Amino acid sequence: MAAVEIDVKYVAHLARVTLTSEESQRLGAQLGNILGFIEKLNEVDVSQVEPTAHAVPLVNVTRPDEIRPSLPQGDALRNAPAKANGLFMVPKIVE
Amino acid sequence: MEYEVVIGIETHVQLKTQSKMWCGCANAFGAEPNTQVCPVCLGLPGVLPVANEEALRLTTLTGLLLNCTIARYAKFDRKNYFYPDAPKNYQITQYDKPSTFKGFLDFEFQGGIARVNITRAHLEEDVGKNFHFDRSSGVDFNRAGVPLLEIVSEPEITSADMAHEYLNALKEVLTYGGISDCDMEKGMVRCDVNVSVRPKGQTALGAKIEIKNMNSFSGARRALEYEIPRQIEVVSKGGKLSQETRRWNDEAGITETMRSKEQAHDYRYFPEPDLMPFAPDDDWIASVQRRVVELPLARKQRFMRDFDLPAADAQAFVWDVPLGNYFERAAQQTKSPKTVANWVINNLRARLTETQTTLENLKFPPESLVDLTGLIESGKISTKIAQDVFIEMFNSGEPPSAIVEKSGLSQVSDVDALGKFCDEAIASNPKSVGDYRAGKVAALNALKGQVMKLTKGKANPNLVGEILENKLKN
Repeated sequence: MAAVEIDVKYVAHLARVTLTSEESQRLGAQLGNILGFIEKLNEVDVSQVEPTAHAVPLVNVTRPDEIRPSLPQGDALRNAPAKANGLFMVPKIVE
Repeated sequence: MEYEVVIGIETHVQLKTQSKMWCGCANAFGAEPNTQVCPVCLGLPGVLPVANEEALRLTTLTGLLLNCTIARYAKFDRKNYFYPDAPKNYQITQYDKPSTFKGFLDFEFQGGIARVNITRAHLEEDVGKNFHFDRSSGVDFNRAGVPLLEIVSEPEITSADMAHEYLNALKEVLTYGGISDCDMEKGMVRCDVNVSVRPKGQTALGAKIEIKNMNSFSGARRALEYEIPRQIEVVSKGGKLSQETRRWNDEAGITETMRSKEQAHDYRYFPEPDLMPFAPDDDWIASVQRRVVELPLARKQRFMRDFDLPAADAQAFVWDVPLGNYFERAAQQTKSPKTVANWVINNLRARLTETQTTLENLKFPPESLVDLTGLIESGKISTKIAQDVFIEMFNSGEPPSAIVEKSGLSQVSDVDALGKFCDEAIASNPKSVGDYRAGKVAALNALKGQVMKLTKGKANPNLVGEILENKLKN
């Protein structure tokens, strides 16, 4: 099966990861191979197969609209790299 | 060249549920930051979302109220993007299989009824709230995971005013249906507006400009009032617009570029593997159907048609539903619904406000109001006396006829009895008598007033007028 060309730089940007050129090359080849495996589907007749959104044949999993206890604020913020006044602090948001 | 405007609106509405969309944290405004959060809505690893059934019901109910098709198979998808207020780095939404689609909303506009088609209404989740400081920002995730309905209109709106009316009508429907409290101050409704211009008659749409995240309808209107001429100016001068996202700067009163098409997000939607599809059966949809209410416009039109009310009265009963329901119960028992409407709107509503009473605590039934207007129409009491009877009936709950009987408030329509009072008035007011005889017709009113005073307001004023005229002729 042929590896598929992918824009590693673009995908890396979408995932917000920085890659060295050596990593780009290695991961690009691996990702291409993975897509190559999926390309195999093109060789099979799937015209009689219904597309599915989920592998498990189950629908309507819901819960009643009831309030349950939340975390105490201190616990909620415990993993925060920075916090102040009960807020998760992040670099200044600009858009 | 003449240009026309094409506007489509995406409206985001927070659903009125007790708990959040995927977890049991409270869906309530105003708590201390990050006190209504849990591992699910904070997006901690290893957690599983479970759909709130009431949110699914409210979504379907919205679909029914907006004349939409209800999907028998809907699913959830992940919309991927990085932003500090999205704790999972994706938003759960419905991409290609929304819960409801293809509907319409009718509303009053420029003296007629306008219709805007609804593309879809899909269920998703709200994000956290950002606070901006000098050198950093802070995030409160209390709002993250609150069920949010996105209602997308077709690009059929043709002016800033029409956009404004559409939004108001939509809000009215949602409030009416109990879908959302639609409290603008609390950010429960926000909208994105897509607007483009094209030469009149051209079918292809112009470059789509999106103005994002407006939290007031008047803001949306002002943004459009700025943006439409801006776009027309560019194209009429031979310039070219390109697809972009803009923001409305309310203080400056202008729209500003946020990002161009090249910088547009690539959301990489894919089916949410943590959630099962939703496939409601007939019974489930029927159970939601039972919650469908009469829409504001339909109610207004019905009140105008069935009770022959002017638009303003009908509108008052649209805005105040309990009051309208009360009126309706009374109106069904009378031949003069307009008179009853006057009493409900002018007297009852005012008195309720004055005494801070709610309709549930009202002491008299709608029948009493019908009796009261009947007493006036039959000439038994004057409109003036009726005011006193109303106050008494409001305070005690006694039927109006009993009050009239008890307090001897019955209007005096006995010609002989009234004749004596008229003689007395004529005798003690020679000046008015002289004026009247000299041709000043208005002088009769002074004499009439005297008789009313002598009878403590119980005289039938029309009859008094006739008697006085007769006596003064001789």
